[in-house]
Amino acid sequence: MRKPDGVYGLMAEFDDPTMLVNAARAAREKGFRRLDAYTPFPIEDLTDALHLHRNKLPLIVLIGGLTGGFTGYLLQYFTTVIYYPINIAGRPLHSWPSYIIITFELTILFASISAVLGLLGLCGLPMPYHPVFNVPRFSAASRDRFFLCIESTDPLFDRQSTTKFLESLDAKEVSEVEH
Amino acid sequence: MADEQLIETPERERVIAPGYTFGTVTDQIASVVQTRHTPGFWIASFVVGFLLLQALLLSVVLLMWKGVGVWGIRTPVMWGFAITNFVWWIGIGHAGTLISAILLLLNQSWRNSINRFAEAMTLFAVACAGLFPLLHMGRPWLFYWMLPYPNTMRVLPNFRSPLVWDVFAVSTYATVSLLFWFVGLIPDLGTLRDRARGLAGKYIYGFLAMGWRGSAKHWSIYETASLLLAGLATPLVLSVHTVVSFDFTVAIVPGWHSTFFPPYFVAGAIYSGFAMVLVLAIPLRAVYGLQGLITDRHLENSGKIMLATGLIVAYAYIMETFMAWYSGSVYEQQAFWNRMTGPYSAQYWFLISCNVVAPNLLWFKKFRTSPVLLFASSIIVLIGMWLERYMIIVSSLAQDFVPSSWALFRATRWDWATYWGTIGFFMVLFFLFVRALPMISIFEVRTLLPQAKVREEVRR
Repeated sequence: MRKPDGVYGLMAEFDDPTMLVNAARAAREKGFRRLDAYTPFPIEDLTDALHLHRNKLPLIVLIGGLTGGFTGYLLQYFTTVIYYPINIAGRPLHSWPSYIIITFELTILFASISAVLGLLGLCGLPMPYHPVFNVPRFSAASRDRFFLCIESTDPLFDRQSTTKFLESLDAKEVSEVEH
Repeated sequence: MADEQLIETPERERVIAPGYTFGTVTDQIASVVQTRHTPGFWIASFVVGFLLLQALLLSVVLLMWKGVGVWGIRTPVMWGFAITNFVWWIGIGHAGTLISAILLLLNQSWRNSINRFAEAMTLFAVACAGLFPLLHMGRPWLFYWMLPYPNTMRVLPNFRSPLVWDVFAVSTYATVSLLFWFVGLIPDLGTLRDRARGLAGKYIYGFLAMGWRGSAKHWSIYETASLLLAGLATPLVLSVHTVVSFDFTVAIVPGWHSTFFPPYFVAGAIYSGFAMVLVLAIPLRAVYGLQGLITDRHLENSGKIMLATGLIVAYAYIMETFMAWYSGSVYEQQAFWNRMTGPYSAQYWFLISCNVVAPNLLWFKKFRTSPVLLFASSIIVLIGMWLERYMIIVSSLAQDFVPSSWALFRATRWDWATYWGTIGFFMVLFFLFVRALPMISIFEVRTLLPQAKVREEVRR
């Protein structure tokens, strides 16, 4: 979906989180949808401003946890009842109270692994290259600067007018993001 | 989108010292790692740890060469130091998870400046703990026999045994702690990558940061992931020491067979863990000048948690003794009488003075706000908690049902060498961590700054 003018988007730099959140709200109101912000720490209001509250991670973790729980229980059931039945202290072969611990532990284990893999998967990490790193000042995004990027795939994107719009938001600097 | 919520959140008390900016916080924490200068304290501690680590290697080699008989474990005290140290170490680890998971769920933002190194402490303490059951098996290279896998011997683990539960609980705990710790590190690795000047630093931190760029989309998923992991780690940490206590309670040995071991063990674990957090935090913040980030308030709060859990532990000692008397079982009564007046009475009363009497000084604010006194009391608690595990394991096994089978436990020099060796192992790992990775979570400390708050007039 690259536009012929060949930039990834336009990046505006801000000094503090309040200005960034204001800018993000304004850009949403203007109708931009393909935009992202880059900040050195999570900002709750920014998540609101960009309407990012829903994600699939809880579902992934739930599925992972249920898989782990079933794996744990079935592993023990299969082993002690079908594969290797042995009478230990006269207890029933299917002694479910003893299975609780391992079922629980595997639920947690699988759910945690799915949480981490889900996080990486949904974020698309590891990602060795991304255009935003081409902006010279972008290394400050992991330190003390706040960036808003409107991507060129947005239908409203236009190099000149979008630059003007970003400058009107009191951005400290607006720069083009090369591919 | 839902309407703006009108719930007023009360103004938070200041957690870290005033005057910090996003940049200075970043610089102060990252410069501990990204510098050519290594403080003398670091070198001295690392050398001590490294020498102790050699003692561990020597005793492990000897153990494998000659067998577990080099330790003092003889019938009937077959668990001796090995399991004492296992329970002690794993208990220490629990404070890290408590700080990172439970205090996150409880919205205790002061935890943000101590959670990272507390989690590292968890990880390394679990590594030390894990060594003991492995070495205690006698043939550690056959450890995989504990896992259920189809094999030609036609033997599988007995899932009704707490010892098998322990394998699952501890390995799950180690894995989840590692994941939680690494996920917490990703944004800070990005910071280190962007700050790195040398090529090696850029590549190594860049590789580990996996291309993290602080995108708002990622942060929102990241926050969900942190909460979910915290929610999963919370029941996990409670379950791990519960399962460890099942190793004892499910057996019928007098002094072990009691139903309140799980909460008693968990409280004791957090007690010793916070002591270790203080033992690590107090010198580190002095050496690296981090008093503005790890403030006296952090120390005081940890002291309060130590006091609270210490009182739970004291209550458990009292109830344990009461229940032994109230049970009417002569064996239980004898076991406790032996503890208090028998061959291990000196250790017992020393343990009571360390764990029950000494922590009461923490009632005084003067005591809680003095780093030196807190450091001393943390050491006392660590000794006391080690003695508690020793008392439970050794004195119960030494004198159980039939007096003709009683025998006392004597630790050999290799018992001590292994124990001190794991302390060296822990120190080496911990100081390498301090040198290579940010010991305070940079991005979480940034959120504590007043500048991080989005001002009210934005809201509509």
